[in-house]
Amino acid sequence: MMLNTLLPILLFAALGLAVIGAGKRFLMWRRGRPAKVDWLGGLLAMPRRYLVDLHHVVERDKYMSKTHVATAGGFVLAAGLAILVHGFGLHSRILGYALLGACVLMFVGALFVAKRRLDPPARLSKGPWMRLPKSLLMFAVSFFIATLPVAGILPEGFGGWMLAVLLAVGVAWGVSELFFGMTWGGPMKHAFAGALHLAWHRRSERFGGGRSTGLKALNLDDRTAPLGVEKPRDFTWNQLLGFDACVQCGKCEAVCPAFAAGQPLNPKKLIQDMVVGLAGGTDAKFAGSPYPGQAIGEHSGAPHLPIVNLNGKALVDAETLWSCTTCRACVEECPMMIEHVDAIVDMRRHLTLEKGATPNKGAEVLDNLIATDNPGGFAPGGRLNWAADLNLPLMSEKKSVDVLFWVGDGAFDMRNQRTLRAFVKVLKAANVDFAVLGLEERDSGDVARRLGDEATFQTLAKRNIASMSQYQFNKIVSCDPHSFHVLKNEYGELGGHYQVLHHSTYMDELISADKLNLGQHKGGSVTYHDPCYLGRYNGEYEAPRAVLKAIGIEVREMERSGFRSRCCGGGGGAPITDIPGKQRIPDMRMVDIQETGAELVAVGCPQCTAMLEGVVEPRPQIKDIAELVADVLLEAPAPAKKPVPTKPEALEVH
Amino acid sequence: MLPDNLNIITLVSIGAHPTSGRARRAEQDARAVELGLRLAGDKLQVLHAGNPADEALRAYLGMGLSELTVLEQPSHGDALPLLNSYLKDAGAQLVLTGSQAETGEGSGMLPFLLAEQLGWPLVVGLAEVEKIENGMAQVLQALPRGQRRRLKVRLPFIACVDNAAPTARQSAFGPARRGQLQACEVAVVDDSLLVDAHFQPARPRPKRLKVIKAKTGAERMKAATAKAAGGGGQVLKDVSPQAGAEAIFKLLVEEGMLR
Repeated sequence: MMLNTLLPILLFAALGLAVIGAGKRFLMWRRGRPAKVDWLGGLLAMPRRYLVDLHHVVERDKYMSKTHVATAGGFVLAAGLAILVHGFGLHSRILGYALLGACVLMFVGALFVAKRRLDPPARLSKGPWMRLPKSLLMFAVSFFIATLPVAGILPEGFGGWMLAVLLAVGVAWGVSELFFGMTWGGPMKHAFAGALHLAWHRRSERFGGGRSTGLKALNLDDRTAPLGVEKPRDFTWNQLLGFDACVQCGKCEAVCPAFAAGQPLNPKKLIQDMVVGLAGGTDAKFAGSPYPGQAIGEHSGAPHLPIVNLNGKALVDAETLWSCTTCRACVEECPMMIEHVDAIVDMRRHLTLEKGATPNKGAEVLDNLIATDNPGGFAPGGRLNWAADLNLPLMSEKKSVDVLFWVGDGAFDMRNQRTLRAFVKVLKAANVDFAVLGLEERDSGDVARRLGDEATFQTLAKRNIASMSQYQFNKIVSCDPHSFHVLKNEYGELGGHYQVLHHSTYMDELISADKLNLGQHKGGSVTYHDPCYLGRYNGEYEAPRAVLKAIGIEVREMERSGFRSRCCGGGGGAPITDIPGKQRIPDMRMVDIQETGAELVAVGCPQCTAMLEGVVEPRPQIKDIAELVADVLLEAPAPAKKPVPTKPEALEVH
Repeated sequence: MLPDNLNIITLVSIGAHPTSGRARRAEQDARAVELGLRLAGDKLQVLHAGNPADEALRAYLGMGLSELTVLEQPSHGDALPLLNSYLKDAGAQLVLTGSQAETGEGSGMLPFLLAEQLGWPLVVGLAEVEKIENGMAQVLQALPRGQRRRLKVRLPFIACVDNAAPTARQSAFGPARRGQLQACEVAVVDDSLLVDAHFQPARPRPKRLKVIKAKTGAERMKAATAKAAGGGGQVLKDVSPQAGAEAIFKLLVEEGMLR
């Protein structure tokens, strides 16, 4: 029988090539810098990560998750059984039927893959990806027919040599795409690299429902370590592996605010450019949407070549990296759990720390942070001017309190001062034992870090940690999600471990504990804008809504809210680097807001407030949650004790 | 238009941030370094007289310098004789400085005294060096209201820059950390002024009242852009060098500049 000799040869040849390809690919990833991974534990945890954690993300698109389960599940089963049945010649009838079943399952899945490719959405890559459903179908059909005699449905030798040749061609096509195409850079690479990426992920805490969003610190004491990423091989090797896992589904592209605004960034293309960088070559073969305003095929790179050339073209233009608002929408959507933001900040670190090439106002802001501890360059002594008449308790006087109120740099901004004063009113109404650091507080370092200036971030962080270490407090509460995130998730690596709450969470606690006497919100309908650094970075979606509900507001949700909330454009230093696009991100967000018909948008972040208020009128009003709560505070029932009027000793007449 | 082996030295001082007073690179000195880097690239020499351990100096290194020479002297030392003797031997063709230091005396006299002692020409308000050929430099000098005056100066000369010079590039952490502060031992000369004088806070300069006389937009525009109209003066054209020099001499005597 010709097939009985041909199939094993084809199968094992393809498998052999796949193993060689896997080795080559593995060595390519290992060009990156070393990273600590749990080799064995990661591999053992990988199936669960693939089947549970990754599936949860894919499950947001029901069509695709079912299609993927059928196709991938069918393929894994079929491949395994085909090796047994056709490779080793185990012609058992039961195995034959099992293989037939697997082929049918895979075939059905592949039909849905093919259906989606009939009129693919713009976010999907074309090129070799258009071929994939055909290869899947070919694999399923060829093995189905070749297995029919094994199951005893057709007689041995049915169809003669004609069918045998056809089947051999079909099997050859199928195994080329699905076995060795997997490790030689075909579309199926995502399965192989993806599985290992999940095993040796740089943020293994993300699996099993965990959250890991803080940027990782550079070790500045190690003089030999590169300051950020200049060349692809400056990434850690498991970052390179992560890039290679990309399946080019474009979910990131669909949610990226910079891409939608026409700024030269497309997260999918960026990851594919990193793949080009790790393997060497040009981006000419990229078959998806380009960076807005840039042609494909003009950029190229290699593992040992700089990614950015400030005086010309290399792999990626600097503007691409500076367009990112670090809103993390891409990371949230990525079914492969790739860490786009980490990579972007790594490359920014090189540009800022080595090249001194932070664009536009970046250099000025960083200089201000170094010289005045605030991005605006205001005299540091004016940090508490906003509260001149509030008689705020200072940590330096009280030493020990329940709540440390972290004011943030909004203290210098007149709009944000209204929010801060409103929140102080709420704190006082609830008789909270709180204090502020006053002049001992410095910028949290958020902007410096996102602009790539790790050195300034660490200096600021260490000085803040030193200030706070003098005092005792149970928790930190901040009105600024950026400070909140940095204090909560990024100070730990530098030795500052705190319980940190966003003011919405804390007000929710106060309301639940009946500490606030609140009336009802009067005024029109309200929608709520989730700040990225509160929502996606820290998973707080409920507390702000609970607070709004408590003051009688029924939130008119935007289509993109919760974990899908669209960025205001104010994160990651984007307003400072200010890369031009076709439209402005806050304008797009305002359209989202206006679609709800709400007359007021509740926010919980000074950046969001500034960005949204920058949209020209007429537009809904913007108010912080603290302002909304402060507006409906009812006077507490007058305390029984009346202060005894002290006798005036003498009247002074001037 | 620039010779390859141009020997440029930029003098730098320690600055102070205007609102926080924290030590930093001085704004104008950094511009002088920027100009030097544009002219001489990594061959630029940067010189400071003071404490070689001062971390604020690293902000200059962060602009991409591999080293910075420091003539070591205590804070009460007089920088002038040190710089004078160093520059005499250094073979510099162009010495760049800021116009006025942000710390210390900040008198703005250093470039003038240095030029006098070295016997070199001094250009104030240097905005751009256009070309250097045959021992002559063609430079643009900044005048008020955005005007520029083209000058030809023979090398070597001293030039001080003000805010009309190009903005200093960003100082980056990596080069700042790697760069070397080369301490140079020199004989310290005490500053005789500091022996018996003492510092006191400056009085804020009284603000000139702003009287707007213009009635129309056009007049305001004219007031904002017109050249500062000097009172007297005369324009001499096509006169012999002898006659020109005499006219200048006469004016200087009239103004009390020469006696």
